[in-house]
Amino acid sequence: MLGTNLKHLEAKGEVEEVLKNDEKVMICCGRMGPMCIPVYGVMENLESRYPKIQFRDMDFDMPVASFIKDLPECSSFMGLPFTVYFKNGTVVKATTSIQNEKQIVDILDEVFKD
Amino acid sequence: MENRDLIIIGAGPAGLSGAICAGYSGFKPLVFEENMPGGLAGEIPVLENYPGIGKGSSGKDLIDRMIEQCKGTAAEIHQFEKVTKLNLEGKEKIIETDKSKYTANAVVIASGRHPSMLGVPGEKEFRGKGVSYCAVCDRVFFKNRKVTVIGEGAHAIEVALYLAESASSTILISLNPRFEAEKILVKRLEEQRINVLTGVKVKEIKGDIKVKSVVLSDKGTSDIREIETDGVFLQLEEKPNSQLARSAGIKVNKKGYIIVDEKGRTNFEGVYAVGDVTDGSVKKVITAVAQAFVAVNDIFEPVIRKK
Ligand SMILES: Cc1cc2nc3c(=O)[nH]c(=O)nc-3n(C[C@H](O)[C@H](O)[C@H](O)COP(=O)(O)OP(=O)(O)OC[C@H]3O[C@@H](n4cnc5c(N)ncnc54)[C@H](O)[C@@H]3O)c2cc1C
Repeated sequence: MLGTNLKHLEAKGEVEEVLKNDEKVMICCGRMGPMCIPVYGVMENLESRYPKIQFRDMDFDMPVASFIKDLPECSSFMGLPFTVYFKNGTVVKATTSIQNEKQIVDILDEVFKD
Repeated sequence: MENRDLIIIGAGPAGLSGAICAGYSGFKPLVFEENMPGGLAGEIPVLENYPGIGKGSSGKDLIDRMIEQCKGTAAEIHQFEKVTKLNLEGKEKIIETDKSKYTANAVVIASGRHPSMLGVPGEKEFRGKGVSYCAVCDRVFFKNRKVTVIGEGAHAIEVALYLAESASSTILISLNPRFEAEKILVKRLEEQRINVLTGVKVKEIKGDIKVKSVVLSDKGTSDIREIETDGVFLQLEEKPNSQLARSAGIKVNKKGYIIVDEKGRTNFEGVYAVGDVTDGSVKKVITAVAQAFVAVNDIFEPVIRKK
């Protein structure tokens, strides 16, 4: 389990549930390493600013992570973390490796604009 | 505004050691870390040269133990809280973060260093698609693949050795013709049959959806050649995180490292700097740890004596 203050996705059912029930979801799949931690930090900071978006993390080494790893959008990814943005259950953006707050905010504003 | 006897900026090995030292002496230091504790130490694959640790431990293992030690004291760590401004003029120092404002009687700057970029075409495009800045994070994707490490010094060699354990072949492009690294590491490069290239300049990182090759030019002849690779790990010389200190009027050297005396004292009374961010330090965990203990002792010695 990841040592963050975000809600963790640990089972396939949990992933399916959040994607079914929530229109806007950001999932960061990683480990507790130097490239992943800053992304979790940004997500924690953004949770209150974007109450309509569900922010979740997922441990890259748990079986549930195959949900993210096997997405076609992540097929060329070779850098942790894999971060995927879903709208109505469909992938609208995916990034690999570290991202800063500005990069993440730009994506949120672009893909989740009403 | 909340007041503390000591505020520490950065929770790498230096900052955490300062917190342990102050905490064990009965003080209540507050540490700010813009990410989570670890700093560059989180990228050390094997912390072999730290006395008493040996081959089996990584930098992260040591950091985890340091955090545990902090928990046994009154030291407090605020993670994901970045220090954004310092006012060091008066006796009471003012520390602004992205969340709040604090005052402290003493400040220890342990802000360390950050990796630099190479700045060639392809580096940004292929970040996470073959270009990596963290071997500990991304080695998993390069098992039985060809990897190229670009960098200089001991850290680049350590990274090359670490990747060579699982890669099908490893090339080290050393940007500095002189290997400034421990002999034991250089010897291991030969033993592991890591191909070392020097005297070349990296022109471009090429690929399609992932990295495929690196284009090099010979520094002497300007001949161009392309080497096939699946991954490029960049381990260039790190730069000091001293912008904050500089803006507050702390003196730095030409390269931006904070100038300190043998106790870690800066040009402001009650303000210290320790670890990699300081001028002339060895840039190792052991020296960061030692510098922090010396500085914190200097801060609290008069108080302890009075008691
Ligand atoms: C690949 C690699 C291999 C290495 N191998 C070894 C080895 O084998 N042995 C060895 O002894 N050393 C090794 N090192 C060097 C070692 O990691 C450093 O010397 C050590 O981490 C320095 O510690 P520090 O606390 O001074 O700085 P850092 O570890 O850089 O920590 C500084 C911390 O301050 C935080 N920070 C910065 N600015 C702010 C701010 N404004 N507000 C809040 N927080 C802030 C940063 O986020 C960071 O967490 C290696 C380094 C690398 C990259």
